[in-house]
Amino acid sequence: MEAFLHQVFSGLATGGIYASMALALVMIYQSTHHINFSQGEMATFCTFIAWALIETGFPYWVAFFATVAIGLVGGMAIQRILLRPVENAPILTNVIVFIGLLVIFNSTAGWIFDHTIKAFPSPFPRGTFFDTQYFSSHEIGSIMVTLLVLVALYVFFRFTPLGLAMRAAAQNPVSSRLVGIRVSWMLALGWGLAAAIGAIAGMMVAPIVYLDPNMMAGILLYGFAGALLGGIDNPWGAVFGGFVVGVLENVLGAYVIGTELKLTVALVLIVGVLTLKPTGLFGKVVVTRV
Amino acid sequence: MGAILQASNLDAFYGPTQVLFGVGFELREGGITTILGANGAGKTTTLRAVCGMVRTAGEVRLKGERIDGKATEDIVRKGIAHVPDGRGTFTALTVEENLRLGGYVRKDRDGVAADIERLYERFPRLKERRRQQAGTLSGGEQQMLAISRALMLRPRLLLLDEPSFGLAPLIVKEIFEIMRTINREDGVSMLLVEQNASLALDLADHAYLLETGKVVIAGSADAIKNDEQVRRSYLGY
Amino acid sequence: MTRSGAVAELRYFGLTLRQWIILGAIVGLVLLLVMPFLLRNYRVFQINLAMVYAIAILGLNMLTGYNGQISLGHGAFYAIGGYTAAILMHRYGVPYWATLPVAGFVCLVAGFLFGLPALRLQGHYLALATFALALATPQILKYKHFEEFTGGVQGIVLDKPEPPFEFSFLGQALSQDRWLYFFTLLVAAIMFLLAWNILRGRIGRAMIAIRDQPIAAAAMGVNLAMVKSLTFGVSAMYTGVAGALGAIVVAFVAPDSFNIFLSITILVGAVVGGLASIPAAIFGAIFIQYVPNIADQISKSAPWAVYGVFLIGLMYLMPTGVMGLLRLVGARLRKYAE
Repeated sequence: MEAFLHQVFSGLATGGIYASMALALVMIYQSTHHINFSQGEMATFCTFIAWALIETGFPYWVAFFATVAIGLVGGMAIQRILLRPVENAPILTNVIVFIGLLVIFNSTAGWIFDHTIKAFPSPFPRGTFFDTQYFSSHEIGSIMVTLLVLVALYVFFRFTPLGLAMRAAAQNPVSSRLVGIRVSWMLALGWGLAAAIGAIAGMMVAPIVYLDPNMMAGILLYGFAGALLGGIDNPWGAVFGGFVVGVLENVLGAYVIGTELKLTVALVLIVGVLTLKPTGLFGKVVVTRV
Repeated sequence: MGAILQASNLDAFYGPTQVLFGVGFELREGGITTILGANGAGKTTTLRAVCGMVRTAGEVRLKGERIDGKATEDIVRKGIAHVPDGRGTFTALTVEENLRLGGYVRKDRDGVAADIERLYERFPRLKERRRQQAGTLSGGEQQMLAISRALMLRPRLLLLDEPSFGLAPLIVKEIFEIMRTINREDGVSMLLVEQNASLALDLADHAYLLETGKVVIAGSADAIKNDEQVRRSYLGY
Repeated sequence: MTRSGAVAELRYFGLTLRQWIILGAIVGLVLLLVMPFLLRNYRVFQINLAMVYAIAILGLNMLTGYNGQISLGHGAFYAIGGYTAAILMHRYGVPYWATLPVAGFVCLVAGFLFGLPALRLQGHYLALATFALALATPQILKYKHFEEFTGGVQGIVLDKPEPPFEFSFLGQALSQDRWLYFFTLLVAAIMFLLAWNILRGRIGRAMIAIRDQPIAAAAMGVNLAMVKSLTFGVSAMYTGVAGALGAIVVAFVAPDSFNIFLSITILVGAVVGGLASIPAAIFGAIFIQYVPNIADQISKSAPWAVYGVFLIGLMYLMPTGVMGLLRLVGARLRKYAE
């Protein structure tokens, strides 16, 4: 029973990270209807930046917030420079640009920071909170960070004019322009926020899985699974889905299929949700006939 | 009184297809002008051309300042509010959020809040439904919301695209009454596009008739009402 | 009519255009047959790999270019083909050439089966499902309960097939690699001819119709579901045959060579060569075989950065790839000639 609780709890900790990735995906999906395949590599790259800052001697939290800021600005820049020209291009074009980005981030991360596996510090070392056999300080801290991010985003979208404008732009770009919203900047901001959330997720997961250029691949896959499970057009559903797949992954891994097939579990989840319930648990039903 | 909006030699295109051909018109400040015409004559496109929503050539001036070629967002910021065809409701947002968006470009937060309250007084039904998703409103309520959203901008000029579309006659009457009040009390100039020509001519002081993308008749609403051709083709008596 | 007649009559250095084309084809053929004896074994090996890639790219091109279904996971079918061949040869002593049809068939079925649920997925969702497939592939190959067959992380080491007869030309013996060159060339020729036949025919037209006008195609009686899953199957079959051939040429399969980047490599080849064109696969293959070698001299990571830049750059500048560029140049030249 204790072991089971431990699995559930660490599942919640990684689930929080999946939830963040899922939320980042939804953020871009809602406004552009594109799935950003480079989300994981962007997050990894940001985490490398944080690592470099910490190595240079910056205090952890300075590096943390600097990285979030870099992610925000970098994400916006990518949207403005690389994605705006193909905004109205076919899906395939966009998918290829995303794959191009994935490859570029992955290889430049390896190029600049090399491929050796690096330890990444946790801001919540053992003893920060009450460690027990069920959960470590880092797990508690990481869940708290995830929840903080979620609350901050909720407040931003619910109560600020800019957040309202972003929701409006995602939903009805034409009307949004007619009330004076600069829609393409809202898309850029969405990218920026997604990149920043990804950066936080990367920094929270790196102490657990260690840092290397391919660190986020599997995590992104679980992010996808979570987003799809909850409904890729529903941010809160995606967050919920992220936590669910996190717990599912840990419990299944510990008791049913072992840890070697974790990615396969994600694959099965993704294909399963897509074929059986493409709208996810809380998604809107969009009917298209072909 | 001077003209608030002037268009001359206005062409408009959807992709390679030209829809407007050298359209020209002038809107009196504080007045209501209507554009009449059959389906596909280019009425909606004219409104879109003013707002920079389609590719255009020619000149559009707001109080003498060229606005053609500017981005829609910037034209809106100059005080032109557009109630588009289909009303443009943000259906998944609440009524109140729709109204707040209408005042998005305004800097005076208190003024925005006060205007929302003012509109609630004018449209008590919107107040009742302020926390409701706008998509759940009836057609007439959505049209009121669309006009209210446009008014939240405190516009100098209001463009209205078929406000009567799909509504019951009683509701249409109510909405046109509201538009008259807004014009008189708030001094908002209006450019109205309507299928229902007799209603539009009753409300407007000036009118233009579009046929296949060109202005064929222009004049005062009264004169046009009595024009033989207009009467037969558009008013039906 | 008169104009095209006039072009045909034009003579360049005493030969008509038609005669030039025939002459070029003969020279090309001779060159293809002689080439392996002019090059060192390692170079021949590289060409073999390029031909293998060309078949894999052609497979993806059928699905993505002609049918409009996006796959980011064709490396999985390449892996299935490769492992099928390797297991058959290593464990059951099946001759190398006999593994190709089996690998093709296995992948046809695998592709068809994956294509069935994928049918309900459009655009991004299919890309996502195949992306997941690509990411999960190495892990499945390493799975401990399959280890008896797959050799686990170590993979399977094979022997390169010996040439069936002794032969030498220009003082160069018919080595293993040179023999494989002819074998690969033959397989590639068959696969390209087959593709040409499929794509120029009724099924090919149905595939393109589904890509461009799905609703109209369905209304005209095209069985959407059947054609789409069949295309997925055939596409997987091509890539699977390439995988099997690749396993024979390299004489080695291991899980980590079939990761997501293999799938992306195939995609890069298809995009750079040009989508919806058969010969484009050859240019794409040349690109993915040789550009990394050049870029490798800068840094280990450079080839991928170059791939990324090419992918994005092409989308802006030349979405039709090398083939599009050639067509453009061809059209200009023709205009100029007239």
